[in-house]
Amino acid sequence: MGHPTSPPTAGLPAKQGVAAWWQAAPLTLVFALFFLVPLALVLMVSFWDFSEYELLPGFTFKNYVAIFEGCADLAQPCVTLSTYLSTLKFSLLVWGITLVLGFAVAYFLAFHVRSPGMQTLLFVLCTVPFWTSNVIRMVSWVPLLGRNGLVNQTLADLRLIDTPIEWLLFSDFSVVLAFVHLYTMFMIVPIFNSMMRIDRSLIEAASDAGASGWQTLWSVVVPLSRTGIVIGSIFVLTIVMGDFVTIGVMGGQQIASVGKIIQVQTSYLQFPLAAANAVILLAIVLMVIWGLTRLVDLRKEL
Amino acid sequence: MSDVISDTPSPAHGLQRRSLLQGTAGILAAGLFPAIHAQEKIVLRYLGTAVNQDKAIAEKFKADTGIEIQYVAVTTDDVTKRAVTAPNSFDLIDTEYFSLKKIVPTGNLKGIDTKRIKNADKITPLFTQGTVAGKAVGEQGTAPKKVMFLEGEKSKVFAKSPTQFMSLIPTVYNADTLGIRPDLIKRPIDSWAELLNPEFKGKTAILNIPSIGIMDAAMVVEAMGLYKYPDKGNMTRKEIDLTIKTLIEAKKAGQFRALWKDFNESVNLMASGEVVIQSMWSPAVTAVRSKGVACNFQPLKEGYRAWAAGFGVPATLSGRKLDGAYEFINWFLDGWAGAYLNRQGYYSAVLDTAKAKMEAYEWAYWMEGKPAEKDIKGPQGQVLAKAGSVRDGGSYEARMGAIACWNAVMDENNYMVQKWNEFVAA
Repeated sequence: MGHPTSPPTAGLPAKQGVAAWWQAAPLTLVFALFFLVPLALVLMVSFWDFSEYELLPGFTFKNYVAIFEGCADLAQPCVTLSTYLSTLKFSLLVWGITLVLGFAVAYFLAFHVRSPGMQTLLFVLCTVPFWTSNVIRMVSWVPLLGRNGLVNQTLADLRLIDTPIEWLLFSDFSVVLAFVHLYTMFMIVPIFNSMMRIDRSLIEAASDAGASGWQTLWSVVVPLSRTGIVIGSIFVLTIVMGDFVTIGVMGGQQIASVGKIIQVQTSYLQFPLAAANAVILLAIVLMVIWGLTRLVDLRKEL
Repeated sequence: MSDVISDTPSPAHGLQRRSLLQGTAGILAAGLFPAIHAQEKIVLRYLGTAVNQDKAIAEKFKADTGIEIQYVAVTTDDVTKRAVTAPNSFDLIDTEYFSLKKIVPTGNLKGIDTKRIKNADKITPLFTQGTVAGKAVGEQGTAPKKVMFLEGEKSKVFAKSPTQFMSLIPTVYNADTLGIRPDLIKRPIDSWAELLNPEFKGKTAILNIPSIGIMDAAMVVEAMGLYKYPDKGNMTRKEIDLTIKTLIEAKKAGQFRALWKDFNESVNLMASGEVVIQSMWSPAVTAVRSKGVACNFQPLKEGYRAWAAGFGVPATLSGRKLDGAYEFINWFLDGWAGAYLNRQGYYSAVLDTAKAKMEAYEWAYWMEGKPAEKDIKGPQGQVLAKAGSVRDGGSYEARMGAIACWNAVMDENNYMVQKWNEFVAA
């Protein structure tokens, strides 16, 4: 993930070096044009000043200072801190749930479904929800979970509740639910992929050596699926860290997220402030990814 | 001009090629290229919020003049953003007067020559003089008359007194108040303070467009007797702190069910019963009612928060597109669109022409506050009010005469947005 451009020339004779550079050039160019240049611009703008309607080129730490203003007082966390805490909370919750769910589904697909045809069919079935847009899948929860929604009505009809349950919608619960619904697939795919590459004779060997089902799972399957788990985790964590649409729609617009703050700032033309926020968010996400890639050497495993 | 054209989606290119072929044939036939060129269809890219972008208006205009309106729908905040950052991405902007404080200093808008606007002198005095029926209304906030005129066509500053050049030609305006569900509240509501009344805990909502939401919050703060603002539309930092603090305390106590940002969100919150009282826009109330759900646009004793929108023209617009834009503005003020908007619960800028296109009983209901003689129907033919009912807020004069403040952009806008984020994050 970190160095997609580095040409695989290590150990090759110098003569082939030039050709390799040429081969790497298109991707390098695209990478530079669409990633490095915009990133540099964001970094640059984050040090600019701004007024109501224009950006004022210059160099100031004002934006970064503004973001961390009042953050030293831990008893009453500042916006930045409480926003990151709430974002982090959602990231961890969603990560945990999608990991368990994704692992279970992938395990079922890889080890319990025997025929490759059935495997493909079920796998495609998992992707069916992705044929509609994210926002539609999200919004479709609203009539279900609302105060007068299907769930509340059913419970009331069954005489299980007297007053509607309020926390089903526009709450942390609905946000996490939507995230899990939307992103479990990003866990299933990479984990399934690495599970399919596990040599089945290893499982037999474990069984022959007297390992119980759990022991096999914990000591053989999980370590060998590590690559998939890490890739899936990177997907889910980075998506949730940056999300503002899901949190907005499902949280009734009153739950904070870093992405939301950046969005509000850009819509009020406070681009330098938004850029500074984006730089900080990027730094944190990169640290998370860096930490995860310490657990497994992705390039070697893939 | 060239980059303006290159921005339009592919159908226009197809047309250009076809008209080029026609043009070639024309040159061969008559040797008269400009005449053929002049028949090329005009497409106006109309930037605004979804609320004002009615399909029926574009269709009627096209049927009347042959000019096509291509709607570009974004949120209120994004209209301003695009006007400031991408002035060549539209040919006509429909924005609110309060946004002008941000847009006009960039020089991206062109003063509209009132000499080319047929009904310019018939525009209601609310905009030019700040009066309704001869009486002055509230001027707190960005009252349109403060930003109505420019010193010249290419001026970046507002004129103190009327000039030949208008910043925006007013199209629709209204006075906003709280929307309520009378069937779920079951008692009279008469004050803005009710929005934070714990009785409706978990069943209220407020607008999440900071510059408008804070005005609603200010109305509530005043109604609760916490503070009296010298100008709600231009608060000091201390006043912003107080207002946001009040909101945060209410939010922490679980007062709000949700915050809403666009028209449809507010309609859904109300129609589904998630919320029983919230800041609302008049046509949203109409939309809730047309679903068969009882909803009032409740007049309140403290008055209304008013807003007004209008058409502006980007500084770079020229030639036939500019002519087309003027044609659209003239058409818009000519009555059909005005009557159409009046029937949705808005008010049109030129009342005389709209009146001519409405039935007498409709005018009496919508504008004079009289009981409906017959069932009142919306523009799409759905019944909005039964015979005998009276419009919320009464007559035009009763409602627009009770304006307490206007939507605004404050001098401390940046600070306000930062504090608003604190409210959302609390």
